[in-house]
Amino acid sequence: MRCLVVIPAYNEADTIVAVIESLAVVALELDILVVSDGSSDETVNLVRAGGRAVVIDLACNLGIGGAVQAGFIYALQHNYDTVIKFDGDGQHLAEEVAGLLEVLSEDGVDVVVGSRFLVSGGFRSTFTRRLGIRLLEIVNSFFLGRRLRDNTSGFRAYNRRAIKFLAENYPAIDYPEPEEVVLLVRNGFNIVETAVAMAPRQGGRSSISPGRSFHYMAKVLLAIFMTQIRPPVK
Amino acid sequence: MVFDRLLIVASLASLAFLFLVFELIRRRRLDEGYALLWLGCGLFFLVFSIWRKALDYIAELAGIYYPPAALLLLLIIGLIMVMIQFSVVISRQRHQIKALTQRLGLLEERQGRIIRNSDEDSSAQR
Repeated sequence: MRCLVVIPAYNEADTIVAVIESLAVVALELDILVVSDGSSDETVNLVRAGGRAVVIDLACNLGIGGAVQAGFIYALQHNYDTVIKFDGDGQHLAEEVAGLLEVLSEDGVDVVVGSRFLVSGGFRSTFTRRLGIRLLEIVNSFFLGRRLRDNTSGFRAYNRRAIKFLAENYPAIDYPEPEEVVLLVRNGFNIVETAVAMAPRQGGRSSISPGRSFHYMAKVLLAIFMTQIRPPVK
Repeated sequence: MVFDRLLIVASLASLAFLFLVFELIRRRRLDEGYALLWLGCGLFFLVFSIWRKALDYIAELAGIYYPPAALLLLLIIGLIMVMIQFSVVISRQRHQIKALTQRLGLLEERQGRIIRNSDEDSSAQR
């Protein structure tokens, strides 16, 4: 079974090398792909110099959705069975990858979401951030007809069928995680959550600044609503 | 007399506008798709400049007491339609740029790999 770790990265020079190294020492055979989303810092050079990961260097900044989709297209072209989506800022922990893969290997599971909220403890984000996540949980649970706790988690594992679908249909908005969940369920994919620990980001800055949170929420909610009322993709 | 002067000024302005659009098309600065839209606008101005009764008629039909307000209303509706069309075009171009950027990134990665492989091959032969 071939597994590709897709790391979308926008100016993550402070952390990207450590993230790749942490994935390299895990006792799993993982290929690593860094998709630099038009980074203007040393991200691309550092990853190339490391020689451990493949780099796709996007010519301009597409937003995380576009970068992730490029990763799925690469995975499809190179016949990977599994994709792990992993953050480049050190929030996600390499030792949790095995857990995601184990759940993915269960019968009928297409996508696994690493969830921060299934167990108490661990890292807690800011109040407004938690409020937004809670709101997304309510909205998505309403649309999906079932409870999904961590809709904004970017730590996910996908099987071949999901890779194929997302290579073509990945949401093109800036913060695609909640919409991706609705899109996948609407198109008949089975998503399962599993508990993971996460670390606070090790460097860089969140792509969602406080001033933009409102804009972010409005955009995401509109995208979710529209995804829900559209017929499934053929 | 005042009425006639207005008719002449408005007609000339409309003609100037039509000429501007025409020139932009002739110099290939404007695609035909958008050109039709602006030519339509120009003709619209011209018709209402000459045939002023039409405005009174439309105003009456829409229950507007002051006919020039009807003209402004029509203009604003037209402008909004044009701007929506622009948003549609910009969105489409954004998707096209996204697809192009992804494809270019994937191709560059592939090209880099091929070059590295052939370098290794030639150094192995030596």
